[in-house]
Amino acid sequence: MTEAAAPGPATLAAATARRRLAARGAALRQSVLPVLGVIAALIAFWYLACIPMNAAQSVLEAARAGAPVTPAEASERRGMSGLALAVQNPAEAAARAYGQERPRLPAPHQIGAEVWAATAQVAPTSPRSLLYHGWVTLSATLLGFAFGAALGVLLAMGIVQFRVMDLSVMLWAIVSQTVPIIAIAPMVIVVLHSVGISGIVPKAAIAAWLSFFPVVVGMVKGLRSPDAAQLDLLKTYGATARQTFLSLRLPGSTPYLFASLKIAVAAALVGTIVAELPTGAQAGFGARLLAGSYYGQTVQIWSALVAAAVLAALLVALVGAAERLVLARMGLRR
Amino acid sequence: MTLVALALALWAGAWALNVRLAAGPDQRRAALLVPALFGLTLLMLWELLVRGLAVPMVILPAPSRIGAAIAANAPILWTDFVQTVLRGALPGYAIGCAAAFAVALLADRVPLLRRGLLPVAGMMAALPVVGVAPILVMWFGFDWQSKAATVAVMVFFPVMVNTVAGLSAAEAMQRDLMRTYGAGYWSALSRLHLPAAMPFVFNGLKIATTLALVGAIVAEFFGSPIRGIGFRISTSVGQLALDMVWAEIAVAALAGSAFYGLIAVTEKRVTFWHPSNRD
Repeated sequence: MTEAAAPGPATLAAATARRRLAARGAALRQSVLPVLGVIAALIAFWYLACIPMNAAQSVLEAARAGAPVTPAEASERRGMSGLALAVQNPAEAAARAYGQERPRLPAPHQIGAEVWAATAQVAPTSPRSLLYHGWVTLSATLLGFAFGAALGVLLAMGIVQFRVMDLSVMLWAIVSQTVPIIAIAPMVIVVLHSVGISGIVPKAAIAAWLSFFPVVVGMVKGLRSPDAAQLDLLKTYGATARQTFLSLRLPGSTPYLFASLKIAVAAALVGTIVAELPTGAQAGFGARLLAGSYYGQTVQIWSALVAAAVLAALLVALVGAAERLVLARMGLRR
Repeated sequence: MTLVALALALWAGAWALNVRLAAGPDQRRAALLVPALFGLTLLMLWELLVRGLAVPMVILPAPSRIGAAIAANAPILWTDFVQTVLRGALPGYAIGCAAAFAVALLADRVPLLRRGLLPVAGMMAALPVVGVAPILVMWFGFDWQSKAATVAVMVFFPVMVNTVAGLSAAEAMQRDLMRTYGAGYWSALSRLHLPAAMPFVFNGLKIATTLALVGAIVAEFFGSPIRGIGFRISTSVGQLALDMVWAEIAVAALAGSAFYGLIAVTEKRVTFWHPSNRD
C-alpha cells in the first residue's frame, strides 16, 4: 500500500523524462511549425506566380494548338503584361504554366526533377552531372577557405600583439573589402594565367580574399575578449606575454573564431562561384549559371542555384558541427 | 635591381617610422598618420617593384600608368560610374533596404511570423544570392532595372536579419518604463525600439554597401548595355588593356569606400549614444 502512495525513484525518473519529452515537443511546435508554415506559403506563392510569369508562353502555345485566346492577334498580345494575359485567359494560362521547356519561372517540381535527373541519373564524372560541377566548385572553395582562414587568424594575431599592425593593417583590410571582388576576379585570373598558374588556384585566391576578412574581424574581437580581471590574474601568476596569449587569449577566442568561420565559408563559396563567371570556366556552378543564361535554360540555372544553396547549407552545417565538437571538448559549451 | 633595393629600403624605413609613431605619445596623430603612411608605402612599393623587375603591363601596370589611364579616360569612367553606381547600385540598395526594414517591422509585430521567417531568412543570408543575377537579367532586361533588382535581392536578407535582431534589443527594464508611461505600439517604437535598433540596423546597412556594388557589377556579366563598370572590365580584360581595368577598379574601390564611409558617418551621428562611439 505504501509503495503505491509514494512514487518510487523509477516512476519519478519516467515522469521527468515524459515531462522533458513533452517540453521538447512544445518547443518543436513553437519553432518548427512556423518555419514550415512560412516555407509552405512561399512555395504556394511561387506556384501562383508561375501563372502570370509564364502566361505569354502559355497563351502562345494555346494559340498554336488552335485554342481560342483573347486577344486573338499576336501583335496585340506582344505589349501586354503577363498578369493581364493571365487574367484574360485564366484556364489556358493555368493549365500550361507548369510544363514548359524554358519557362520564365520554373515551378519547384520542375527544378526538383532537373536536380534529381542531374545528380542521380547521370554518372558523377559526366559534365552533365551537378555532382561533377559541385566538386569543381567545392574543391576551390575549400582551398580558398583554408588559406583565407589561416591568413585571417595570422593577421588577427599580429593586430592584437603589435599596435603598429593594429593601426596600419586594419583600415586597409576594411578598404580591401569595399573593392568589389568581382571587379578583381577576371584580372586575377588573367594575370595568374599569364604567369602560368591556372585552374583551381585563381578561384581559390578569390575565395580566400572574401573569406579572410570576417575571420580577421571575429578573431580580433575574440582575442581581445578576456576581461581585465582575467588578464590581472595571469599577471599575478607572473605569466609572460606568450603564456598569456596561449593559455588565455587563444582559448578565449574560439567561440568568436567559429562564428566568423561560418560566415567565411559561405563567403568563400560566393567567391568561387563569382570567380567562375567571367573566365569562361568550363565547370563549376558559376559556369553552369553562365551557360544556362546564354542559352536561356532557366531550369538549368535554377537547378544550379538550388545545388549551390544545398552546398552552402552543408558547409555551414559542417563548420557548426566542428564548433559544437571543439567547444564541448574545451568545456566552453553553454 | 637598384629600384628593388630602394623599394625594400623604403619599406623598412617606413615600417620603422610607423613603429615609432605607434609607440609615440601623440596617439590621435598616430591613428591618422600610420594607416596613411602604410597605404603610401604600398603604392610606392608597387611602383618601384613593377619598374625594377620590369613587369609587363599586361600583368601589372604601375600606379603611375593607372593614374594616367584615369586622367585620359575620365568621361568613359564617369558614364560607367553613373550606369553602375548611380543607376544600378543605389536604387537597388534603397529598395532592398526599405523592403527589408518593412518586413522586419512586420515580423517584429507578429511573433508567429518572426519565428517562421527568421530561420528561413538566416539561411537565405548565407546562400550565394548572387546566383539570382542571370534570372533577374532575363526578367528585367539588360539595362539598370535588372541590376537594381539583383542588388535589392542581395541586400534584403542581411538588413532584415539585423533589423529584426535590433528591434528586440531594448532591455526589459526599458520596455517596462514605456509600459508605465502608457506608451502605445507606435510611440514605443519611435521612442525606444527604433533608436535601440539603430546600431544593428547600421551594421546591416554597412554590410549591404559592399554587397550592393558586387551585385550591380556581377549582374553586368550576364548582359548589359555598352557601359558600366562590369562591362568595361570584362571587355578591357579581353583587350589586355590592364591599365583601363585597374582604372575601373580604382573607381569601384573609391565608390565603395565613399559609400561605406557615408553610412559609417551617418551611423556615428545617429547612434552617438552607443558605448562604441564614446571616447
